[in-house]
Amino acid sequence: MSEEEFVLEHPQRDAHFFWILFKSTFIISAFTVGGGYVIIPLLKAKYVDEYHWITDKDTLDMVAIAQAMPGVVACNSAIILGYRMAGILGTLTALLATVLPPLITLSIIAYCYDFFIQSTIIKMILRGMQCGATALIVNVGIDMLVKQCKRKQLLPALIIIATFIGSVVFDLNIMYLILIDGIIGLFFMRAAKYN
Amino acid sequence: MIYLLLFWEFCKVGAFCVGGGYASMPLIQASVVDTYHWLSMSEFVNIFTISQMTPGPIGINAATFVGTKIAGVGGAIAATVGFVTPSFFLGIILAYVFLKYGNIGPIRGALNGLRPAVVSLICAASLSFIWLAIWNVDDIPTDWSTYSLAAVFILAGSVFCLRRKVGVITVLVGSGVAGLALGLLGLLPV
Repeated sequence: MSEEEFVLEHPQRDAHFFWILFKSTFIISAFTVGGGYVIIPLLKAKYVDEYHWITDKDTLDMVAIAQAMPGVVACNSAIILGYRMAGILGTLTALLATVLPPLITLSIIAYCYDFFIQSTIIKMILRGMQCGATALIVNVGIDMLVKQCKRKQLLPALIIIATFIGSVVFDLNIMYLILIDGIIGLFFMRAAKYN
Repeated sequence: MIYLLLFWEFCKVGAFCVGGGYASMPLIQASVVDTYHWLSMSEFVNIFTISQMTPGPIGINAATFVGTKIAGVGGAIAATVGFVTPSFFLGIILAYVFLKYGNIGPIRGALNGLRPAVVSLICAASLSFIWLAIWNVDDIPTDWSTYSLAAVFILAGSVFCLRRKVGVITVLVGSGVAGLALGLLGLLPV
């Protein structure tokens, strides 16, 4: 795709477009429980099927980047899809609409938290939920481990073991560990079998 | 200045968390609980629980909650803006490069190396969660005999339900009810 075509991909969008983009994204973000993997199909339904702002294939490519990139998948999708539809201004609109609802909801909850946490009943419920939340993250860990083990590859297995030991036994900074693993991947894991 | 510090800490989390909401948990824990002691492990797990049950991405929810608890609405905004700043720039650059050249080859290699790393970091975070859930302590238990049998029961039951594909919210609500029932019976100390 040449530079000209690329620029032409963003037609002049009017104020009405940005308002609709903001409104629809805001509503999806405000009422979707469950993060990125639930939000993406909803965004697609709005942007692609209802308003025809982007094509289906474009969305697939963009979402693949959003999932691979660091950060929150829902925000990444908003950033990239927004850019695809209307450049930087589209990114800012979609991102703001994605971030505002949880920002408002959670600020309110955080303020109420100190009040609620005084109650013994609430403490008991939260104590039970801590066990449930632990089960949640343990379950995700099991799923990921099983998926990696099924691939039967030496290098990823070594990375898993070394990173775990580095983090749990030696208490090394997680960011350095991630950086090292990323560099290892960059040099030794570009083959398609690691995808 | 607390706002700048929050912004910077969550910037780092945003830049290094690869693989969605769960992957941000070990990073937020490392900064907010282990390094700065802004929150206790118990508060952190509560935030994680609440984030699971409220709309919006887990990472943003956690950033907002932590920010609000530490420095009010300003803190929430600083943390959230910090969290999305790296994605903002990287997203625009990647979208541009991808549209122009159609591939992101070298980046793919780096991501292949990061995927197994995320697995072990989430497993490491699970351990901290387990110490708290069963022994009610922030770090490796010093006295292993102080475990709570009721907590083991709820945790094992929840894992069983999740493996059987019961929904996340159902499991969390169920574990809350079980916590209340066992707590009222005096079996689960708070």
